[in-house]
Amino acid sequence: MKTTEIVIFTLLFLVVSGMGFLAARWRRPGDLATLDEWGLGGRSFGSWITWFLIGGDLYTAYTFVAVPALIFGAGAMGFYAVPYTVVVYPMVMLVLVRLWSVSHVHNLVTPADFVRVRFGSPTLALLVAITGIVATMPYIALQLIGIEAVLKTMGLTGDLPLIIAFAILAAYTYQSGLRAPALIAFVKDSLIYLVILVAIIYIPAKLGGWGSIFDAAKAKFDATPNPGDGPLLNANNQLQYVTLAFGSALALFLYPHSVTGILASRNRNVIKRNMSALPAYSLLLGLIALLGYMAIAAGVKPIGKDSNTIVPQLFDNVFPDWFAGVAFAAVGIGALVPAAIMSIAAANLFSRNIYKEYIKRDATAAQEATVSKIASLVVKIGAVLCILLIEPQFSIDLQLIGGVIILQTLPSVGLGLYTRWFHRGGLIAGWAAGMAAGMVLLYNIANPATNHAHFGGSAFPLSQLGFDTKITVYAGFLALIVNLVVAVLGTFVARALKSTDGPDGTRPEDYFADQGDPRVHELETTAPAA
Amino acid sequence: MTTPRADRGRNPDRSPLNWLLLLPIVIPLIPPLFNADEPRLFGIPMFYWLQLAFIILGVTSTTLVYRATRRSR
Repeated sequence: MKTTEIVIFTLLFLVVSGMGFLAARWRRPGDLATLDEWGLGGRSFGSWITWFLIGGDLYTAYTFVAVPALIFGAGAMGFYAVPYTVVVYPMVMLVLVRLWSVSHVHNLVTPADFVRVRFGSPTLALLVAITGIVATMPYIALQLIGIEAVLKTMGLTGDLPLIIAFAILAAYTYQSGLRAPALIAFVKDSLIYLVILVAIIYIPAKLGGWGSIFDAAKAKFDATPNPGDGPLLNANNQLQYVTLAFGSALALFLYPHSVTGILASRNRNVIKRNMSALPAYSLLLGLIALLGYMAIAAGVKPIGKDSNTIVPQLFDNVFPDWFAGVAFAAVGIGALVPAAIMSIAAANLFSRNIYKEYIKRDATAAQEATVSKIASLVVKIGAVLCILLIEPQFSIDLQLIGGVIILQTLPSVGLGLYTRWFHRGGLIAGWAAGMAAGMVLLYNIANPATNHAHFGGSAFPLSQLGFDTKITVYAGFLALIVNLVVAVLGTFVARALKSTDGPDGTRPEDYFADQGDPRVHELETTAPAA
Repeated sequence: MTTPRADRGRNPDRSPLNWLLLLPIVIPLIPPLFNADEPRLFGIPMFYWLQLAFIILGVTSTTLVYRATRRSR
């Protein structure tokens, strides 16, 4: 037990929890009992709040723990997180403003809502909603792994601290909705920026400079028998590096929790501005990634076989106790923000695209919000059970699968924002083919290092397709190609068979509407926030 | 159904500067550009510092596009 660290961690955690409960009164909502208020914070967030909210949402505690762990274990390959988060913003900038506009004109809350309106197909919308929920659940569970790594390092074992932390989170998310993580994100991110700034100046100085850190890393990888690791990429994993970065970038804003953050912003300018402000987090992530090498140079050993404890262990070794406590709180609180947003997003998918579509068609706005609130609790309980009852490794595997399957909604959600060319039947067929292909590919990836015969990672060896090569490629990327090909062929077939297509409820100008536009206001169900 | 309508006004996102967005999408995905140890910067191999520097490229092009297409209110 490390008393100083635990006291500081607990204090900061309690402050943040208090803020979470008070957030219900922040920015004075007239009525929290609608999804626009509870689930989207009144759709009124400006540039700063959006920056903290989306930054806190996308760059999760798990990322901060797992990326350095990957670098620690494999070297250069783990740095894919940097090109991934550089490429993503210019790629989605013009796409997300279209999503924002059409969502505001038609009062949409989830990506599946959009698919419903655009393609007139409740079935396709249901598939998109289920994909979103399934992909998000393990992601929430992973946030717990982030907290667990910190608790372990402080000497707190057992499940009780974890359950308490998540119960508090569940309670204030239930009460305050999206306002809670938005407010907490300020504290979380300020703490993380502070800790990392100190870490990248203080730790290299202690370890004899960057040069010796990288030399120590090289020495470590040279000594291992694994040909795939090392401080640089080799001929066989470059394609994996590129397709993984690109595929992850395509997937990022298909996740329902990313969409929630975007739709909560006040207008199109806020989104565009954030596309050039959010890369500040990518810099942070890149620096955090390098902590993996610092851990090698400092001779840090993970607790047991859990390489996720690398960063907490490093902080524990090099920082004075009080500052290590601050750093642990940063990671712990860092898990709360994304976990809250993800559970809200998954809950909205359930209430909008399953409950309202299939269970109670005439549900009022208040009933919808109540269902979402309860669903957010269920989702979090599910995540806790995932971690407690099943091996954590299983959640990691599931999250890997989650990334591959969420990519399969790209043709209907992402391309759908630009073109109505696809036939709903083709999109459904493409989705099914992409899902199947993704599963088959992942099933056939072995990882001897972690004793996995199947689902051992995302790097699919092309030799399995009969190519005489050692090159690997991101499984999700291949699955997406299958999806697109089938969707195109399916569309041709459906047209040839004269199969009826769903009606398109959107008009071209809907994709450009902005705040202040009469169409945006007349269709809003709630009064705009003061 | 999808009868084409006259677009009310032009696309407010349209700008020749949008092509700039391609640079930070394509360049970070070409490993031969950065997959090297030398030259080092403050002891950090090129692989790491150059990829971090691509962030500046991303920020610059998205900022230019934002300024060219923002809606003045």
